Amino acid sequence: MSKIALSLLLFIAAGTVSAQTIKIGELNSYKVFPAFLEPYKKGWELAVEEINRAGGINGRKIEVVSRDDGGNPGDAVRVAEELISRENVALLTGTFASNVGLAVSNLAAQRKIAFIAAEPLTDKIVWENGNRYTFRLRASTYMQTAMLIPEAVKLKKVRWAIVYPNYEYGQSATASFKKLMTQAQPGVQFVGEQAPPLGKIDAGAVVQALIDAKPEAIFSSLFATDLQKFVREGNLRGLFKNTVVFNLLGGEPEYLDPLKDETPEGWWVTGYPWNEIKTPAHQKFLDAYRKRWNDYPRLGSVVGYTAMYSAANALRKAGGTDTEKLIAALKGLEMDTPFGPIVYRALDHQSTMGAYVGQLARKGGKGVMVNWRFADGANFLPSFEEVRVLRKD
Amino acid sequence: MSSSSVLIQFLNGLAGASSLFMVAAGLSLIFGVTRVVNFAHGSLYMLGMYLAVWLAERVGFWAAVPLAAVAVGVIGALAEISVLRRIYKAPELLQLLATFALLLLIKDFALWAWGPEDMLGPRAPGFTGAVEIAGGAFPQYDLLLIILGPVVLGFLYLVLKKTRWGILVRAATEDREMAGALGVNQRWLFTGVFALGALLAGLGGALQIPREPASLNIDLSVISDAFVVVVIGGLGSIPGAFLAALLIAEAKAFCIGLGYSQATLVIEFVIMAAVLVVRPWGLLGRMPVLARPGTAEPPFARPSLRLRWTLAIVAAALALLPVVSGGYTLVLLTDMLIFALFAASLHFIMGPGGMYSFGHAAYFGLGAYAAGMLVLREKFPMELALALAPFAAGFAALVFGWFCVRLSGVYSAMLTLAFAQIAWSAVFQWDALTGGSNGMVGVWPAPWLSSKPAYYFLTLLVCASGIIFLWRMIYSPFGHALRAARDSPLRAEASGIDVRATQWEAFAIAGLAAGVAGALYAFSKGSISPEALGIQRSVDGLVMVMLGGIQTLSGPVWGAALFTWLQDAAARNVDYWRAATGIVILALVLVLPRGVGSLLQARQ
Repeated sequence: MSKIALSLLLFIAAGTVSAQTIKIGELNSYKVFPAFLEPYKKGWELAVEEINRAGGINGRKIEVVSRDDGGNPGDAVRVAEELISRENVALLTGTFASNVGLAVSNLAAQRKIAFIAAEPLTDKIVWENGNRYTFRLRASTYMQTAMLIPEAVKLKKVRWAIVYPNYEYGQSATASFKKLMTQAQPGVQFVGEQAPPLGKIDAGAVVQALIDAKPEAIFSSLFATDLQKFVREGNLRGLFKNTVVFNLLGGEPEYLDPLKDETPEGWWVTGYPWNEIKTPAHQKFLDAYRKRWNDYPRLGSVVGYTAMYSAANALRKAGGTDTEKLIAALKGLEMDTPFGPIVYRALDHQSTMGAYVGQLARKGGKGVMVNWRFADGANFLPSFEEVRVLRKD
Repeated sequence: MSSSSVLIQFLNGLAGASSLFMVAAGLSLIFGVTRVVNFAHGSLYMLGMYLAVWLAERVGFWAAVPLAAVAVGVIGALAEISVLRRIYKAPELLQLLATFALLLLIKDFALWAWGPEDMLGPRAPGFTGAVEIAGGAFPQYDLLLIILGPVVLGFLYLVLKKTRWGILVRAATEDREMAGALGVNQRWLFTGVFALGALLAGLGGALQIPREPASLNIDLSVISDAFVVVVIGGLGSIPGAFLAALLIAEAKAFCIGLGYSQATLVIEFVIMAAVLVVRPWGLLGRMPVLARPGTAEPPFARPSLRLRWTLAIVAAALALLPVVSGGYTLVLLTDMLIFALFAASLHFIMGPGGMYSFGHAAYFGLGAYAAGMLVLREKFPMELALALAPFAAGFAALVFGWFCVRLSGVYSAMLTLAFAQIAWSAVFQWDALTGGSNGMVGVWPAPWLSSKPAYYFLTLLVCASGIIFLWRMIYSPFGHALRAARDSPLRAEASGIDVRATQWEAFAIAGLAAGVAGALYAFSKGSISPEALGIQRSVDGLVMVMLGGIQTLSGPVWGAALFTWLQDAAARNVDYWRAATGIVILALVLVLPRGVGSLLQARQ
């Protein structure tokens, strides 16, 4: 009799638990980088709807508590604290700028909660400042730079000029580019370096200074407003006539679309040719996204969508919300994404999500990517030994 | 650099100067007459850009430019009539708070109306190509800009010198009260000036669209440039603004041309600091007319019984709070307490001291960075780092303050801003020492302080002691000397008070207190990055002080709590939380122009 009562009790308890939703904490700088993050938000919202329609995780629906982190580390840490202690979220995901990502990652280690850094590109978040609670989805600055190296080497150009936004992303892209180029093509020369402040490039003067350096090729990590100004002035002043340009992130719809009929032809870029990828995995995502939002996806959409699926898959694999189990689940987590299968490397918690490398062209007054190929992130990471030296844990 | 590239970089500088001049001229004009530091000037410029891009698709570029400029002029006039006109009599700088609210509103309006993506405008028909100059290609449109700058300068010169309206504007710039006494209708004069200034900002923005996409971040980057130009040129001086724009744009072009592009981060602020140290009223500015007797504020009332009781109850409630509530409430309150100390330290020099600081975040940030460096690089125990770090901030305040107390009013405020920006760029650039743009992570409190209630109690104890110390000082002989130096420097000097030394000391104490807040902040967040000493943080401090009431004792503390809570609550519950914050600030400005702290003030 008591056994029946006990099992009844257990059954009721289990019932109430399974009816509860699993809370996922999401924070991002929605008002500071809206061009990238509005599509990002649509991406993860779509993922949440799909996951819950398919029955949730082990019968429990997921609920995302989303917050604006104000775009600075201080506010982001406060917001994350709120998600952890008031909302009791199972894990954290999100962030865009590197400094915010690093601050939240550090908090995650302090408060012992898993954190999937979706957007930040900084190499440090998985290497120098990596910790066991933090996992990163996107292909990092180093990986995306490395993806451009094979094409850059093929050209056999000796005189390279470099232009980059003056903060960590641009600085580390430049450092990686110089290091990798010097290894791959001994004798390469770096003849000019321009580091305008982020968002405040004095494009005319920068273009003229680059012309004066007489480079054969240019490596740029400019994006957004800076990229648009640089392209317009460079076109006008004839900088690109005899110079090949490699531009990190230049093919991402967020930054490519505003260029319209001024898109410079022949540039090598990393990006996302959303209307040309025909793999079944991507087609499924594309159809669902267009149906839900009546708009085409940007790269941010893919990142948001995949970040949320990463969280869901980790929760499913862990069989609960226990942080230690989540970390164990995320280490080596293999999953499918619109870009194909990825794995979160157990060693440094970096996912092997890749990017598309190709050339810019104009088609019907719009910028597109041509001659593109998919670069699997797994092929563009340093060796385990190198990573072990960088990571201190 | 070859001679041809020298020429082209010179022309680049000229084109840049023209754009800079147009936005700065409007700001200078507005300040000269109305004494309003218009924080929303960059937003008006941004509005000009968006309107011009939007209109250019419909009516063509050349019609869009004047239309956008006029539209922005009308918007400026409306803002003046509906908001600013009501608060000219309020304490100084309250207008700054109102224009800050406008900035928030315009930003969210632009996001709502035109979406998040950058909008690249069309090129100007007839000026789409480049001409060959000295073997290089130079855009035709930039040549047009080079001509347009001086044309606008000439036009303004004629309007101000040759028209009756211009004469009245100049009279009001010279001496507002006297112009009013002679029967000049100031209301419409102010509206007119504000509209013209806004129109110039709109024109500057609209003319920029062939060179730059309209984007949501342009407002803040333009406003700081425009401030710098106006101050270097001399507040209210239009030719000065032109000269300063030229100086800055050429300096930037040649920094880039010579391969020192990193320097463009800070060059304008270095120039501003240098100019202000040598010529305290800018290149072509004149010494401002001394404030007339009778404009001085009455002394701070002794805390009323009601205020004492309120403070005692609040302190007791805060001390008991961890018993009933843990978690996030403590995190939010920790932030509020830290900012309360920060605001109180700023208030200490602004209220009783009468010295405006637009760069107070420098001391907050340096305190935080010093704490981070001591713990991470020198491996100091956290308690010791917390105790020592504020002295770094105090030392910086001592150095910067020595220069700042030699100036007065807005010039002094702008010099504080220049020093703050120089400190910011040093922190931003000095990768090896400060971690560069990423900052430093892993700045956590010692284990016995790391629980939320423990750290909260520490913050409560330190901040409350700091605030009480500052408040007591206001009523001490030193505080009275400081107030005398503010209200009547000459009489204070005559009665044996060393005005500069007193102000300098106050500046250093305020810096030290801000450093305490900064160090606490670093340990509460576990990380520290350059935003901690950026312009935004300084502006936040000003907003807290003004919201609370600059001429009240406890106002800044309430202001800090209110602003922190407002941002937190609005960001959580409203999509357009910046606009919501802006509306609340505007409402408070209009209803409680003396700040929320005035509710607790003793009746006089």
